[in-house]
Order: sequence, then structure tokens, then C-alpha cells
Amino acid sequence: MTPDLMSQGVERLEKHKFKQVQALASGGRHASFSRIHQPGELDLAHGRILYLEDVNVSFEGFKAINNLSLDIGVGELRCIIGPNGAGKTTMMDIITGKTKPDSGQVFFGSTIDLLRHNEPDIAQLGIGRKFQKPTVFEQLSVFENLELALKTGKGVKASMLFKLNGQQQDRLSEVLHTIHLENHLLRQAGNLSHGQKQWLEIGMLLMQDPKLLLLDEPVAGMTDQETERTAELFLSLKGKHSLMVVEHDMAFIRQIADTVTVLCDGSVLAQGSFDDVQDDERVIEVYLGR
Amino acid sequence: MKAIVWFGMCCLYGLSFSVAHALTSQQVHDIVSGDTDTRIESLQKTLAQADAQTAVFLQALADDAVLVAGQQVLIVRDNKATDAVTNQETALPAGAENVVSNNRMRGEIDSALAALQLLSPDDALRMKAAQALLSEPDPSKKILLEKAIAAEKNPAVSQLLLLAQAAIDITNNDAKVRLAAAKALGNSKTPNTQLLLNQQMTQETDAAVKAQMLASLADIKSALAWGERLGALFTGLSLGSILLLVALGLAITYGLMGVINMAHGELMMVGAYATYVVQAFFRKHMGGAFDYYLVAALPVAFLSAALVGALVERAVLRHLYGRPLETLLATWGISLILMQTVRTLFGAQNVGVENPSWMSGGVEVLVNLSLPWNRLFIVLFALLVLAGVALLISQTRLGLFVRGVTQNRAMASCMGVNTARIDTYAFALGSGIAGLAGCALSQIGNVGPDLGQGYIVDAFMVVVLGGVGQLAGTVYAALGLGVLNKWLEGWTGAVLAKIAVLVFIIIFIQKRPQGLFAMKGRSAEA
Amino acid sequence: MKTITLPQPVRLLSPLGWTVFIGILLAVGVLVPVLNLWVPVGHALHMSDFAVSLIGKIMCYAMCALAMDLIWGYTGILSLGHGLFFALGGYAMGMYLMRQIGTDGNYKSELPDFMVFLDWKTLPWHWYFSDSFIATLLLVVLAPGLLALVFGYFAFRSRIKGVYFSIITQAMTFAFMLLFFRNETGFGGNNGFTDFKRILGVPMATPAMRMLLFVLTGMCLLGCYLAARWLVQSKYGRVLQAIRDAESRVMFSGYSPLPYKLSIWVISAMICGVAGALYVPQVGIINPSEMSPANSIEIAIWAAVGGRATLIGPIVGAFMVNGAKSWLTVVAPEYWLFVLGALFIAVTLYMPQGVLGVFIHIKKRLKRSHGESS
Repeated sequence: MTPDLMSQGVERLEKHKFKQVQALASGGRHASFSRIHQPGELDLAHGRILYLEDVNVSFEGFKAINNLSLDIGVGELRCIIGPNGAGKTTMMDIITGKTKPDSGQVFFGSTIDLLRHNEPDIAQLGIGRKFQKPTVFEQLSVFENLELALKTGKGVKASMLFKLNGQQQDRLSEVLHTIHLENHLLRQAGNLSHGQKQWLEIGMLLMQDPKLLLLDEPVAGMTDQETERTAELFLSLKGKHSLMVVEHDMAFIRQIADTVTVLCDGSVLAQGSFDDVQDDERVIEVYLGR
Repeated sequence: MKAIVWFGMCCLYGLSFSVAHALTSQQVHDIVSGDTDTRIESLQKTLAQADAQTAVFLQALADDAVLVAGQQVLIVRDNKATDAVTNQETALPAGAENVVSNNRMRGEIDSALAALQLLSPDDALRMKAAQALLSEPDPSKKILLEKAIAAEKNPAVSQLLLLAQAAIDITNNDAKVRLAAAKALGNSKTPNTQLLLNQQMTQETDAAVKAQMLASLADIKSALAWGERLGALFTGLSLGSILLLVALGLAITYGLMGVINMAHGELMMVGAYATYVVQAFFRKHMGGAFDYYLVAALPVAFLSAALVGALVERAVLRHLYGRPLETLLATWGISLILMQTVRTLFGAQNVGVENPSWMSGGVEVLVNLSLPWNRLFIVLFALLVLAGVALLISQTRLGLFVRGVTQNRAMASCMGVNTARIDTYAFALGSGIAGLAGCALSQIGNVGPDLGQGYIVDAFMVVVLGGVGQLAGTVYAALGLGVLNKWLEGWTGAVLAKIAVLVFIIIFIQKRPQGLFAMKGRSAEA
Repeated sequence: MKTITLPQPVRLLSPLGWTVFIGILLAVGVLVPVLNLWVPVGHALHMSDFAVSLIGKIMCYAMCALAMDLIWGYTGILSLGHGLFFALGGYAMGMYLMRQIGTDGNYKSELPDFMVFLDWKTLPWHWYFSDSFIATLLLVVLAPGLLALVFGYFAFRSRIKGVYFSIITQAMTFAFMLLFFRNETGFGGNNGFTDFKRILGVPMATPAMRMLLFVLTGMCLLGCYLAARWLVQSKYGRVLQAIRDAESRVMFSGYSPLPYKLSIWVISAMICGVAGALYVPQVGIINPSEMSPANSIEIAIWAAVGGRATLIGPIVGAFMVNGAKSWLTVVAPEYWLFVLGALFIAVTLYMPQGVLGVFIHIKKRLKRSHGESS
């Protein structure tokens, strides 16, 4: 019995327990009566962190989202795939408050109606987004970018009087290490390579410590090694955070996905494990190809 | 004084039933000699029995062409002397003295001459005289007026004469006469009558007459109201059409190309000065065709402004695409240079640009509504330019390329469109239209180096309000702002109206930041 | 895990910076008064009254340029109406100075001359506290501040950005200029305020008072510079720069841009107001042409010439451009506008980082070549 085998055993035991709990009829959820609900607090008692129902959006006659219904479990890593124009980015826009749908419901947890909040509020509630095109603050250094994303007071006065305390410094160092940019601390973000910028943006997302991460094509333009690292990162985040990843790289998805949802023409075409989806006739016709 | 006048009137009354006397030498003599008061009386008396010779004589008096020698009164024109009474040519006696008339006398002579028009054989002259008398009622002309009424055959003139009589009667001592006059005046729907009634009202004592005056005033007011409303509407449309011309060029350069051109006003100034130069050229070398200088000025204004615009685009703006704030500053610098160049070339004062004769004057639609020809033409011109631009953008290849480059530059370039050249053409087009606007402005306002400064803020407001990407927005915004501005002016005066319009736009933009007609789609962020 | 040394929080000024700062402070506070008041006229080192008032005036402009840098260089909002805030501060001080004339005016009346001329019998409501210096000081800061607050709130709330915002600020200053040109508004019409006699009872036309105003202006400029530097180096300043570069990203990071933009807009307006209040006693006149759009656009060019987002750059730019203007309008007045126009074009085309940017560029090149050779 070596230490490695010991730790592997512990991991396997935890996974087994987790699966057991999930397999129960109630799926790990407990009864809701006699619970006191605080308004504004994230209510995960029903095990769903994101809930979309019958969402519709059209842009001048073109129906971008068509009766879309989707939900994501707590701690889940959901992958969204689909052809171009299927509405993946639009769906993220709706969740983060950039676009208002014509009809439908979008809930964070069981009680927070996302349609009533604007972008900064939604970000503060605990939803972080990484964009398709890496958007970092080009004129600021890597350190300053991460410092900006730190989960702390975001008001004017707080910013004027802000000083990093020890705990925050530790967190920053931790994230820096995770995204492998320790040597580029003071470089201007605009001077980083494309892959490094992607990592910086992911780092900024981690600094926000969100409960739900929305990642739009996180490995686009990355090398194989970087893609591998990103997969490891996401897998380590799973469980404590919930993730929704939009991607086209099938190998990457196979590696990380619990469940895969296929979007087509603004609504869900198929959903299931990666193998189920891969074998689905409709998905093959519409997206994967023969 | 009053007794004498009364006496004179009795004489005239008696005499008026007799056959129209010719001018007598006694009358003539009385008019030229004695002090001014007696002369004026004699004049009034003679007027009552006026004939053609009286008119000739009075005209000669007004022209200072009358001499007196003893009992004989002569008219001398072109060194030829004629007898004032008989109109026969005579020799000029020695010792003949000029007849001098002072200002008051002259005034009386002039009004007498005007009144004599009442008996002129020409319909139009009679009409004019009647109107003049109606606007400025003169009790001393009463007898003449009655005579004219009696002799009048033309119903239109007759009506005017009766109204003129009423205007005189309104100051009569007899209340009944005044009442009838007040009622009659209700039929004359002119601002002058309104003024007259208002004046008389303050002195009126009789209640019935006062009531009738009020009723007539109300009548006149409602008739005039339409004129005022239409007048305000027209002025608003006129201003709107000017704003449209000014903003159209800006809408093209900003809406289609994203270039904020602070030098737009100066491009208009270039067009206006081009018009001035063409006018000077025509005046110097082609005097006969001066009235048509405008026809030549239009293409010259367009081309000169377009050339300047193309130069600016190639030299400066080309390097600043995608940086709107820098473009703004650079074009401001260009505007300073253009203004100073014009000041150096033409001087800092305003220069004079005249309307050609067919654009002067106006057409009278209603009594109190006269539409000037130059503004009417500008409205028409603005609509023509609008139609031209719309056709150009939508139907021609150039327009297609401009639209393509605007929407997706990279793709258009891939399709083989020379984007650099299209940019230059589009900017030149916008500048050329500014030149046309300048040409139009030269016809209705002053032309000076700061011509553009007065319109640039308004032009921007039109573009901001109308929204970017569609010409329709510019049209509605320009016309709407013009009408709104003029309508508010009626209540608050010009400055506050302008401020109110600016505040209105700022508030409107709160509700609808993209303007009236927005560029739709994902890329709505400027 | 390797320990990463995070950068220390930046000091307000480096030691070199502090030396220069103290140097300028002493120059303004001690050297200039000595050269002007104590050194006799005609001496080579004497500083003329003209030079003192010119530099005093330019220092007020430099404060405006500093304010413009905060709002444009760091936050990316180009305002073409900052001259309005400058003028409002000036008018507030002007009202006080007009009241201080007392009965020494042309009409020997308690009311200012222009009111007597217009046949007004009493002071209008907006002149009520204009005889109190404290109230005037408050008004100098509050009038531009409140206007900026209201205007900025409505503008930023509806997310008006870029050129639209610039055009609207231009319209705002134009509207106010028209308003102040009217006699009925009660601010002296197109003549404005002039013929000032006293401040706080002390006569104004003396060399001592002029010097006092000069030193005060210099202190204000230096103080504003320090305050601006503190702001810009804090996280607040970085958020502003982030808003300038990628506003939507900032929103998704949890920051609401509205309070940030609004706060810097109001601060910037208040700095301009103070500058205006210091300007009017030194120049001796204020009229509505200070609110013209041309004035405001010139402020932007001072910042651009000097170098945006550097704080020192715009101050340098203000001195350079206004110095050139003073010189050229005497030597060759008809060329000044050509030069100014060409300056606008040259700076935007060839020197987007301004004079300071060129300076930094050269320094980097020298350092690089030095580093390569050594």
C-alpha cells in the first residue's frame, strides 16, 4: 500500500459516495419545509443552479432562441455543442443580462430571477463569464487585471480606499499559479499571446469566485498542451463550482463532460452523456457529420 | 380752422353736383401762394373736383417743377414751359420764381396724389389707392372718396372703397355712424384694420359701438389666425428644409462612414463663397445673364466643396478611421484652417450675395401670409437634393459600393471593391451636398467666414436625433426640429426656443439613445 | 509552490518626483514673488507683471487640462463642454466681485451697473448670497458640480457613449452660452462682469494681491495634481482605465460603470470650476464667450498635445499651446489659427501619445540601445 494508492482510494470512495447520493430518488435533495429562505440568497435546495424555461428571443424576425428549456445541476459540468447560429452565445447573453428575452423564465437557483438584474448585479450574484474573444484589459498589467477581478466591494469608495490584504494576496498568488502566468506578473496584458490571454481571462473568472461559470469556447486557439491543462482545471473546479462550457473541440468535450446538450436553431435538440449524443441520428445529421 | 374746412366742404358739396370743373387758374394760384395752411386748404378744395390736369399739376408740384410769375403759374419740364391750367406751351416769362413746398405741404401733395389714383382709369391703380386709403384713413379725403364710390363700377374696388369709408367713419362724432362703420370693418380681414379697431377701442365711449368693435375684432382675428398658423408652419418648414440640406451631408459622412466632421459648417461656407465668386464673375463678364448665375453656381459650389472634402479625406481622415474622437479633433483643426484661409482671401467681413430677380419678392397667399420666393425655392431644392441622394444611394453602383463598404469593409474589399476610393467618393459626396447647402444659405442669409458655425450644432442635433444609418431619420428629424423650433419661437422668443429644443433632444436621447431610426442589429454600439 | 512576490503598492511620487514637486512649489511660492516684488524693475532677473499674470492664467488653464485628462485620458470620455464648468466657476466668483464693487460703480448704486442699466430695482434671486465669500466659495464648487451630476446621471444612465456624448456636451455648452448672452438671465448679458475693485475688502489692482492670486493658483494646481495622482494610482483609477478600454468586460466583472463615470465627471467639473474662480480675478473679466464650444475643444487639444493619461502631459500641453498662442498673436496674429488648426491635425495623426509620449518613446529607445551596447 503506497501513499499514491491511498489517495487514489480516497478519491474513488468519494466519487462512489457522490454517485450513491445522486442515485437516490431525491438525488441528494432534502425536504424544503421548515427551511427559512433569505431573499437574495442563492437557494440550491432543489439541486438546480440554473433554470431556463421556454425562452424566446428574436432579432428583427430572425428567431435566435426558440422555446429553449435547459437546466444545470449544482456542481455539474455541462457542455453545450451545436452548429453556428444555434444560439449558444445568445443564450449566454441572456443569462448574464446582456440581452433581454421576449418571453420565458431564467432563474439562478430556485428563487433569483435573472431577468430582473443588470450585468454588474448578475456578476456579483456569482455568475462569471468568459467571452469567445479573450477580453482582458489590455493596458493594465496581469497583476492589475487579476486584482480588478477580485471578489470584493465593487463600489466607488471601496475602490478608492482599496488595499490588498494578506488573504487576498494569497488568493491572487494561488490563481496566478493555476493559470501559469507567475513569470508575467507585470507584463501588460495586451502583450500576451492568445493562449495566455485566454488563461488570464480564466484567471480573472476564478478571482471572482463565481458559483456558476459560463465559458464560451475556452480552448479556441490553444495548443494541445494548454488544452490538456484547461481540461484538468475544469475538472478540478467541478463540484465546488458549476460550469457551462460551449465548445467545438470534441476531444476536449469527451474528456470533461458529464452531460452534453446539443443546441440547434435556438432550442435543445438532444441531451445526454457524450456517447449518447454522439450516436444520436439527429445530432449526426445536424452537427457532427458522418 | 374747423370753420374754414366746413365752409370749404359746403362749397365743395355744392360744387360737386355740378359738372366736373376743370382746374381753374384761381385754384392753381391759391395752391402755390400764401402760407402753408391756406395752401393746404385750397389743395383740399381743389381735390374735390379733381380732374386729369389736377394730377399733372400736383405731380409737377411734387417734382418741384412749378414756377409762378405774377398771376400765371407755369410747369417747366425739360426747359419747356407749359401753363399749369391749360397745359398749353407758353414762353417762360422773366422773373418767374420757383414754388417751394415745405415738408408738410409735400406730405399733403403726396397723399393728394395718392388719393387721386382713386379716380384713375386703371383698375389696378384704383385698387391700390383704395387699399392705401384703407390702411391709412384720412378724413380729409372723405369727399373724394364719396365721389369715387359713386363713380365706381368695379365691385372689388367698390368693396375696398366702402371699407375705406368705414375706416374714416369710425372716427365720426355720430355713434350710429360709428356703429355701422364698426360692423362694416369686420369684413376687412387685414392686420391694419385690426390695429385701427384696437386703437379706436381705447377712445370709444358708446357701449354698443364698443361691443360691435369687439365682435368685428373677433371676426378678423379668426380669419387672420389661419394665416398666422400657416405662416408659422411655412417658416418652420423653411427652416426644416435648410436643416435638412445642412444635415444631409453630415448624415452621409457620419451615418454611412462613421466620420464626425466638425468642418462640415466650413464646407458649407466654401459652397457659399463659391456662389459669391460665381456671382462676381457673372456681374463682371456676363452682366446680361446675371439672373442665371445661380444655375452656374450650383455645380461650382458642389464641386468646390467636394474637392475640398476629397482632399481632407485623402490627407487626414484616411489615417483616422476607427478612431472617432480623434477624427472629431482633427476635423475641428481643419475647420479652423478653412475659416482662416477664407478670412485671408476674402476678408473677415460678410460679403454680399444677391438673389436673382426671379427669386426676389414673394407670393401672397393670404392677407397676412406672404411666402418669399427664395424660401419656397429652397424647400423645393432641398427635396430635389434629397431625392437625388436617395436615388444615388439606392439605385447606382456607387451607392451600392458605399453601402457595402459601410456594412462590412473587409468583405467588400474581398469582393474587389476599392474601399479607399469609395471612402473618398462618399466623403466627397457628403461634402458636395454641404456645398449645395452653403449655396442655398447664401440666398437667404449673410455670407461670412463664420457661416458654418451657426449651423453646425443644429446639424449635429439632427443627426443625433434622427439616428444613424438611414436617411429617413435625418429627414424626419430635420423637418421636425425646424417646425418645433419655429413653433416654440412664437411663445418664448428665439433664444429660449433654441435652448428648449436642445434640452428636448438631450431628454429624448435618454429614452431612445439610438435616435429615431436606429441602425439595427448586433453592432449598435457606436 | 513557489512564492510569488506581488508588487508593492505604488508610492504617490518617486523620490525624484518629490524633489521636482518641492522644487516647483518653492518656485511658485517663493521665487516668483521675490523676482516680481522684491527685484527692482529693469533688473535682468525681474519678472514682469505681465509674465506673472500670463503664467497665472495659464496655470488655471492647466488645471482644466488636468481635469480633462482625468475624464478623457483615463476614462475615455471626451467632453467638448468643459469650458462651461470653467465659466460657471468664473461667474460665481464674478458675482461676488461685482457685489464687492459696492457703490463705486458708474451709477453709484448698490446694484451692479448692468442691473441699473436694465432698470432693475432689486437683486434677482440667484444673486442673494453673492456678497458672502464663503457662500461664493461653495457656489464655485457646487454650481459646476451639480450641473455635472444631473447631466452626467442622465447621460451615463442611458449609456450614451463616444461621439454622441461629445456632441451632446457641445450642445450643452452652446445652450448655456446662448442663455447667458441674454440680458434677462441676469449675468451681465454679452458684456459679462468686469471692472472689479476688491476682494474681501482688499483692493485687487495691487501687485501684492496679484501675487497672492498667482501663488494661490499655483498651490491649487499642485494640490489638484497630487490629488489626481492619488486617485489614478488607486484601484479606482484602474477601474476607470478598464472602463475606457473594455466597458462591457468591466460590467461582467461586477462593476457598475455608472457611479465611476459619474464620480470622475463631477470631480473633473469641480476642478474646472475652481480653475475658473481663480481665473476671473486675475484676468479681470468674464463673459459668455468663455462658454463657447471653441474654448472647450481647445482644452481637449491641450491634453492631446501634452499626452493623455499621464497627468503631467496635459499640464505641459496647456503651457506649450497657450505660450505659443500668446507669442503668435502678438508676432503674427493672422497665422495663429493656421498653427492651431495644424496642431490639431498633427497631434491626432502623428503624435497620438502627445509630446510626453514622444519623450517616453525616445527614452525607451535610448535605454534599449544603451542596454544593447553595454
